[in-house]
Amino acid sequence: MSGFSVTEPSRRQKWIAGVLVITYALVTIMPLLWIIATGFKSPEDAISYPPKVVFQPSLEGYVNLFSSRTRITESMQETLQPAETWYDQVARDSGTVIVGASRYGQRFLNSVVIGFGSTFLAIVFGTTAAYAFSRFKVPLKDDLLFFILSTRMMPPIAVAIPIFLMFRQLGLNDTKLGMILLYTAVNLSLSVWLLKGFIDEIPFEYEEAALIDGYTRFQAFYKVVLPQAATGIASTAIFCLIFAWNEYAFAVLLTSGNAQTAPPFIPTIIGVGGQDWPAVAAGATIFLIPVMIFTILLRKHLLRGITFGAVRK
Amino acid sequence: MAEVSLQNISRRYGDQVALDDVTMTVPDGAFVVLLGPTGAGKTTTLRMVSGLDKPDVGKVLINGEDVSRHTPAQRNVAMVFQQYSLYPHLSVRQNLAFPLKSPMLRTPEDEITRKVAEVAETLQISHKLDNKATELSGGEMQRVSIGRALVRDLQIYLMDEPLSSLDAKLRSDLRIVLKRIQTSLGATMLYVTHDQIEAMTMATHVGVLDHGKLVQFGPPREIYQNPVSIYAASRLGSPKINILPADVFPAAPGGAHSIGLRPEHIGIGEGAETRVVRVEHLGDQTRLHLSLNGHDLITLTDPHSPLAKGDTLRISPQSPLYFDANGDRIT
Ligand SMILES: Nc1ncnc2c1ncn2[C@@H]1O[C@H](COP(=O)(O)OP(=O)(O)O)[C@@H](O)[C@H]1O
Ligand SMILES: [Mg+2]
Repeated sequence: MSGFSVTEPSRRQKWIAGVLVITYALVTIMPLLWIIATGFKSPEDAISYPPKVVFQPSLEGYVNLFSSRTRITESMQETLQPAETWYDQVARDSGTVIVGASRYGQRFLNSVVIGFGSTFLAIVFGTTAAYAFSRFKVPLKDDLLFFILSTRMMPPIAVAIPIFLMFRQLGLNDTKLGMILLYTAVNLSLSVWLLKGFIDEIPFEYEEAALIDGYTRFQAFYKVVLPQAATGIASTAIFCLIFAWNEYAFAVLLTSGNAQTAPPFIPTIIGVGGQDWPAVAAGATIFLIPVMIFTILLRKHLLRGITFGAVRK
Repeated sequence: MAEVSLQNISRRYGDQVALDDVTMTVPDGAFVVLLGPTGAGKTTTLRMVSGLDKPDVGKVLINGEDVSRHTPAQRNVAMVFQQYSLYPHLSVRQNLAFPLKSPMLRTPEDEITRKVAEVAETLQISHKLDNKATELSGGEMQRVSIGRALVRDLQIYLMDEPLSSLDAKLRSDLRIVLKRIQTSLGATMLYVTHDQIEAMTMATHVGVLDHGKLVQFGPPREIYQNPVSIYAASRLGSPKINILPADVFPAAPGGAHSIGLRPEHIGIGEGAETRVVRVEHLGDQTRLHLSLNGHDLITLTDPHSPLAKGDTLRISPQSPLYFDANGDRIT
């Protein structure tokens, strides 16, 4: 008997598979754990060598992330009131005093607006375009589809300069609208192609049945095609969001203040006296949360979506 | 009131001719059965009437009005699809309610509940109402598909082999149900089937399609007794009509190439000598498979016939049909 079977895997096969999966998971999750741990270290622990695995947890990184502080000078020492809140106290313990909120919250909010906004638009335009490509006789359909895909063939940054100039002319530099439009445009090729695949899988007969049942073409699309494309839409949305959420190059180039997203902002967090690694790590950790929640919410669809409709009959 | 009229309809797909100059007027309240083998153009005919497909040439009229430019919704017809086409993301109940919820109808909720329950009862699927449409057997899907057509009281129904996946008992039940509903609504029905009994018992008119041509249209009795060709004659009747060379019996008219004999149109007792090849006792009748000069034919005899394989008997034609070399009827 060879150990190869298309039916039930043997105990040993399951065991080997388990070990492999766990090993892989550990390798990929290490950097993540590292970042999360660093966020809870003191600045000294964060850069100590060899790295500390066991350390005294501290919220200094998180306090620093959300606040701007100044060093307590000797002249200040006399006039200073006692700390009123726990975060004041954390700041005092490291010899600083909080003078206001940092810009992280606002940058984070920019990321949320731009990330979800562009994902929403990429899905709306992507679904309608994919439906049209899938169902109608579009002149030069293949060429158009190829053209749409070709926008993805070069690194986006290759077109950064023209886009920068265009944005300046149009007054879109450093605006959320500009970033939303840009990310929508970049994501559209992905969303049109992915969604066309999913919509192609939905037989046209269902729409015909709806037409007979008294619905218009658009109502049939809305009532019959969209629900069946939910899986594809969910997984496409996740891909779009992940791209827009993590995008760095365009964000550095086209935003500086008003519309700056979190990725270009986080590395610039400077503490009092040098790069504040715990605050950077805390910023990165919090930055992960929305995509994780979004992905977990749509996970059920994602797993089925990744198989590209293979489970359909 | 719904008279459906097809005028000179032609439709091709690439170089496949699906319909070739079909003209047919279906009177109000008629039950038309379309006959023909796979690929004859039956489904295409229904799609022309429904508006799902447009003719290359010709017009469709409903009550004398040219509806060629109307959408399927505007034509207000119900259709049972050959491949069921149940909405897979909806339950059976939601599938049945779907046409009632269309923006055109906007049926009140309690009316929907009542109608769906009534139709489910009629089609014996009440116990499956909360199943997903994909969690059904073929026969159940087919009944839901019929139900989706019947929830609306319309004037025109199009049904494409609606009973083909059902077992014999259900099929004969639903045959009667469908005919009753059609009659009580006074609706006009276009119905595709391969089933002889359905064709003979339900139809007021039969349309025989051959490679996209409508070769004969008329009451089933007329087509049975007076077919225009061997092809039309072979569409109705079970066992099928026997087709033999015209000269196996004397007195063939000039130009006759073949003779068509329905199984019940063979007189036993005198005439040409044949040998019994096989005897099938079916209970209410007995089928005799005979060999006449090397030609096979089937006839019927009484249930208690003592005939056995190897016996010989003499037969003669009664009301024979004669066809020319092209298979067209001469007398
Ligand atoms: N959408 C289509 N594309 C190409 N050929 C088609 C299409 N629909 C029907 N046909 C062709 O038209 C002919 C008639 O088809 P159909 O009306 O479905 O026949 P039936 O229902 O009698 O079996 C067939 O030869 C079929 O292959
Ligand atoms: Mg067909």
